Amino acid sequence: MSLLEVVDYSLAFDGFEGTHQVLDAIDLAVDVGETVGLVGETGCGKSVLAKSLLKLNDIPPARILSGSIRFDGRDLLALDETALRAIRGGGIAMIFQDPMTFLNPVFSIGDQMAEVIRARDRADNRKRGARDVRAAAAALLAAVRLPDAAALLDRYPHELSGGMRQRVLIAMALAGHARLLVADEPTTALDVTIQSQVLALLADLVAAQGLTLLLISHDLGVIGALCRRIVVMYAGTIVEDAPAAQLFDRPLHPYTQGLLAAVPDIGRPERRLAGIPGSIPNLLAPPAGCRFHPRCPLAIERCRRERPALRRIAAGQRVACHLAEPV
Amino acid sequence: MARFLLSRLGLTILMLAGLVLITFVISNVAPADPAALAAGPDATRDMVETVRKEYGLDRPLPEQFVRYVGGLLAGNFGRSVATGHMVAEDLARFFPATFELVSVSMTLAILLGVPLGMLAAVRRNHWLDHATRVIAVSGVALPAFWFGLLLQLLFAVQLGLVPTSGRLEVGTPPPPVLTNMYLVDALVAGQLDTFWDAFGHAVLPAIVLAFPCLASIIRVNRAEMIEVLGSDYVLAARAHGVARARVVGVLALRNAMLPTVALIGLRYGWMLGGTVLVETVFDWPGIGLYAVSSAIAADFKPIMGVTLLVGLNFMFANLLVDLAYAGLDPRLRTAP
Repeated sequence: MSLLEVVDYSLAFDGFEGTHQVLDAIDLAVDVGETVGLVGETGCGKSVLAKSLLKLNDIPPARILSGSIRFDGRDLLALDETALRAIRGGGIAMIFQDPMTFLNPVFSIGDQMAEVIRARDRADNRKRGARDVRAAAAALLAAVRLPDAAALLDRYPHELSGGMRQRVLIAMALAGHARLLVADEPTTALDVTIQSQVLALLADLVAAQGLTLLLISHDLGVIGALCRRIVVMYAGTIVEDAPAAQLFDRPLHPYTQGLLAAVPDIGRPERRLAGIPGSIPNLLAPPAGCRFHPRCPLAIERCRRERPALRRIAAGQRVACHLAEPV
Repeated sequence: MARFLLSRLGLTILMLAGLVLITFVISNVAPADPAALAAGPDATRDMVETVRKEYGLDRPLPEQFVRYVGGLLAGNFGRSVATGHMVAEDLARFFPATFELVSVSMTLAILLGVPLGMLAAVRRNHWLDHATRVIAVSGVALPAFWFGLLLQLLFAVQLGLVPTSGRLEVGTPPPPVLTNMYLVDALVAGQLDTFWDAFGHAVLPAIVLAFPCLASIIRVNRAEMIEVLGSDYVLAARAHGVARARVVGVLALRNAMLPTVALIGLRYGWMLGGTVLVETVFDWPGIGLYAVSSAIAADFKPIMGVTLLVGLNFMFANLLVDLAYAGLDPRLRTAP
């Protein structure tokens, strides 16, 4: 059974200039124990989708147009705030992009960890003394391989390096023993060396705790390192969904092909990087038909009129393109 | 923290020295001749000279300054030439009345302003937000003398809920003198009747004085709160399942309080020096009235005394603000 099931989910943001159609008919299922990577350009709706999983997009300005999101068999969109709090951190945990801004600058690490641990305790109807909460916080920090965890509890975010802060954020996400870990660009703001350490940590945690992982990134390298399956998003739609190896070997959507051609290959320095011409569409008035057609080198008349459905083309591979042939 | 406190105290002493020098210079470059004013309009030249000698006004300026500072260090603010009173005694009588009024006002403004600002931020564009906006705008727009009279008319004259003016009912003896703040003195002496009497008299002037301050606290707290609620760390706390009340009331509030605390410090100093209108309307025998009557009489020693005392309090308030800032925000806990 799927742990997470997003069906025909569409979300819009109402703004001054009009309605931004940010997510369009998202279909995505994640099974227990899967590691799924969600890749796409900045502004394609990856983070909005991640936040949707915990109903963190404020309504208004956000507006759900259609669809449903089920987690562990429960309809998340029907839950009230109290029931949602049990899911947030307890069922689905999130790790965020920028460790600089996602920690509260005026509270010590220990206080912030305790806040999260107490929230989990409250959801589980459990009470613990301050000493036990502190011990639990130190244990979580140790679990993300932060040295001298007990001393760290009394430090403040500005006294920590970026890598340490990201580990603290990961430790917070582990507090509720959530089954699904959603990591929204967890390494984007970090140095390359720290990036690989954090990725290794995430890989170990996922393996050791049997977590299901949804990793969001614009970096195919990061996703390829951690995920067995890759979902490609473009302008608020899913364009391709395939096992990682299959996607790298044989991308079927023209956008995925463009993305892969744009990845530098260190072994072939003589190769020119191919960009995708044009830029992401304005979501106030997204292109009719396929949202990628204005930038697609293969676009035909049908692409301009008719929105391609996400079809199963090969084993485990779904593509939203009129031109994709079953293999 | 101790180093932080010491460096702040050192700065405060420096500023105080500057303030003494400036008030002294200004009072001596003013065109009025205090000796002539003290001797009266019909005094002869000889009489004026006698007065000048008596008050030491014939000495060279540097000597006068040294004497003045020496007196200040001994708690002597000089003598008023208009009334002959010792300024220190006048200040001890009038300042506590103002301090009491300002403290009640400030407490009122903070206790109402912070929650209202928070509420307006959380319920943005809800009718509650619009209601606080009406309070905020009228707080800034309504002049104190007019608003004070209006409140007197309604609550004192029409409804008879509170007295119109003064600090105590006629015939009520003041509580035994300790601080000259009747509320405090009455409580210390255990005279509850006198306390409620004094409190009733303080309510209307405190409301009038608090109103503009309340308005700015609401607006600043609302704006800060809105910004903080949109921040990433608030989103993260929500994603970890922290209850909304905790997020707003604890995690966000501490961040949002920083500018509000700074505002409170500034407003406090402004209130101490700006009570004269309220004191006039409510016949409150405070430092504002004393300062104005001294200024009209060109009586420099009281004016300098008031300036120093208000300045000292202002600096003290800002010292407290700095300490509160460091307490709220760990990033500021280093000596400058």
